[in-house]
Amino acid sequence: MQRNISIQHPNRSFLETTRIDNWWVGPLLTSIGLLAFIFYSTWAAFQNEHYQWGPYLSPFYAPLLEFEWWPLSPAFLILWAPAGFRFTCYYYRKAYYRSFFLTPSACAVGARPQKYRGERFLLVFQNLHRYFLYIALIFCVILSYDAIVSFSFENGLGVGVGSIIMTLNAVFLTAFTLGCNSLRHLVGGNVDCYSCASFGHQRYQAWKFVSLFNVHHNFWAWISLFWVGFTDLYIRLVSMNIITDYRIL
Amino acid sequence: MAEAQFKVFRGEGAKGELFEFPVEVTEGMVVLDAVQQIQSRHANDLAVRWNCRAGKCGSCSAEVNGKPRLMCMTRMDELSLDVPVLIEPMRGFPHMKDLVTDVSRNYEINKKIRPLTPKPRETDGTYRMQQEDIERIQEFHKCIECFLCQNVCHVIRDHSVKEFAGPRFLIRIASLAMHPLDTLNRLKELKDVFGLGYCNITKCCTEVCPENIKITDNGIIPLKERVAGAFYDPLAWLWKNLTSNSKKIPEKNK
Repeated sequence: MQRNISIQHPNRSFLETTRIDNWWVGPLLTSIGLLAFIFYSTWAAFQNEHYQWGPYLSPFYAPLLEFEWWPLSPAFLILWAPAGFRFTCYYYRKAYYRSFFLTPSACAVGARPQKYRGERFLLVFQNLHRYFLYIALIFCVILSYDAIVSFSFENGLGVGVGSIIMTLNAVFLTAFTLGCNSLRHLVGGNVDCYSCASFGHQRYQAWKFVSLFNVHHNFWAWISLFWVGFTDLYIRLVSMNIITDYRIL
Repeated sequence: MAEAQFKVFRGEGAKGELFEFPVEVTEGMVVLDAVQQIQSRHANDLAVRWNCRAGKCGSCSAEVNGKPRLMCMTRMDELSLDVPVLIEPMRGFPHMKDLVTDVSRNYEINKKIRPLTPKPRETDGTYRMQQEDIERIQEFHKCIECFLCQNVCHVIRDHSVKEFAGPRFLIRIASLAMHPLDTLNRLKELKDVFGLGYCNITKCCTEVCPENIKITDNGIIPLKERVAGAFYDPLAWLWKNLTSNSKKIPEKNK
């Protein structure tokens, strides 16, 4: 028997842990991913050009709201809504509470010392997520419409690489929105007795349907975030004549 | 036969030390086997809780290489034996001796939860529930009360918030609140007594649950949505005030 180092128990200092795995990789990658998107989307919104080409319209500028009284980029008139939807999303809350707020950065790793209040006081606005959901559902319709329009070229119907990219963007964003925890609550999660409630069976089926997407909500959150940025980048590069949109059909 | 080194926390009260022990590793061995080997060969007075050895009693909760785990469900072949395996007691609870902690606070919280208050029986003296009505709460009934979720929750572990019931008890309340027969409205106490708002859904409770209960997604978030609807939704509040007659409001809206 060999005596070894002494430790205090419990030990709750910041970032203190006895985990031996690479627990910091997850929050680090999350930080890089979120910061990269924030920087790119902000830059793209400020550009106020190269957001359209042929039948393609960047999702950062959809729907295109151009008013004489609005001096800034039209992107700022709409980006607050998807930004609010993602900011108050339960998955993203986990992601940035871990990566940026460090409360905690990983499980069984000391959290940032503070007077902890949770999602009360200043963060009580997170409860308004359902209102951003309502707007996000409208955006799903708008982006799906834009995706359909992207098949309509000057010389008739066709399929370009951009059409497929825009269609996938609408699919990913819709899948992300359909997995929303607030939607899951609204369609049937708030019912305790499906066999007693009005339209109980239908609401149960709706709840199960939303649950299918909800299980992979984090996957849809990341793929839709990446793809919306990629869609804007693709249309921007085509519009700037840096790359050519390939017509498949 | 392979040999591994174990570092085991030993001490009483808040202070202790790590002691290193050799362990003979055999096929199919779990961490609890190793700890019991240490107990029988090197440290007869090592304090450790265990009972069923099958991941169902929730007694042998500890921190293995810094991660909250059930020792009886942690196989040796999933650990790297190149470095000593570190075994510590749960850090979220007051330490008693060696690997044993005082989890009595959990039972005090449990006493505050109002039990199931079912609606009256049907005329033939029975209760009837459909599978779709109880499917959700069956998941919550798998809880074995190992308290690993309470231990890993940073609200309890790092911030010591006394007003927060913790994941295990929010799951218990969810199993009652979503019960098709229960008649109580538990939303106000969830907000004010059990501190639901302290949870920032970082999902560590879900990560460590040995029964794979989706504690946050299926329990806590649905409760948060119910509380949001009752107390933080301005349109719902307006609608309720315009349409309801307080004398007619049932204890629990179905």
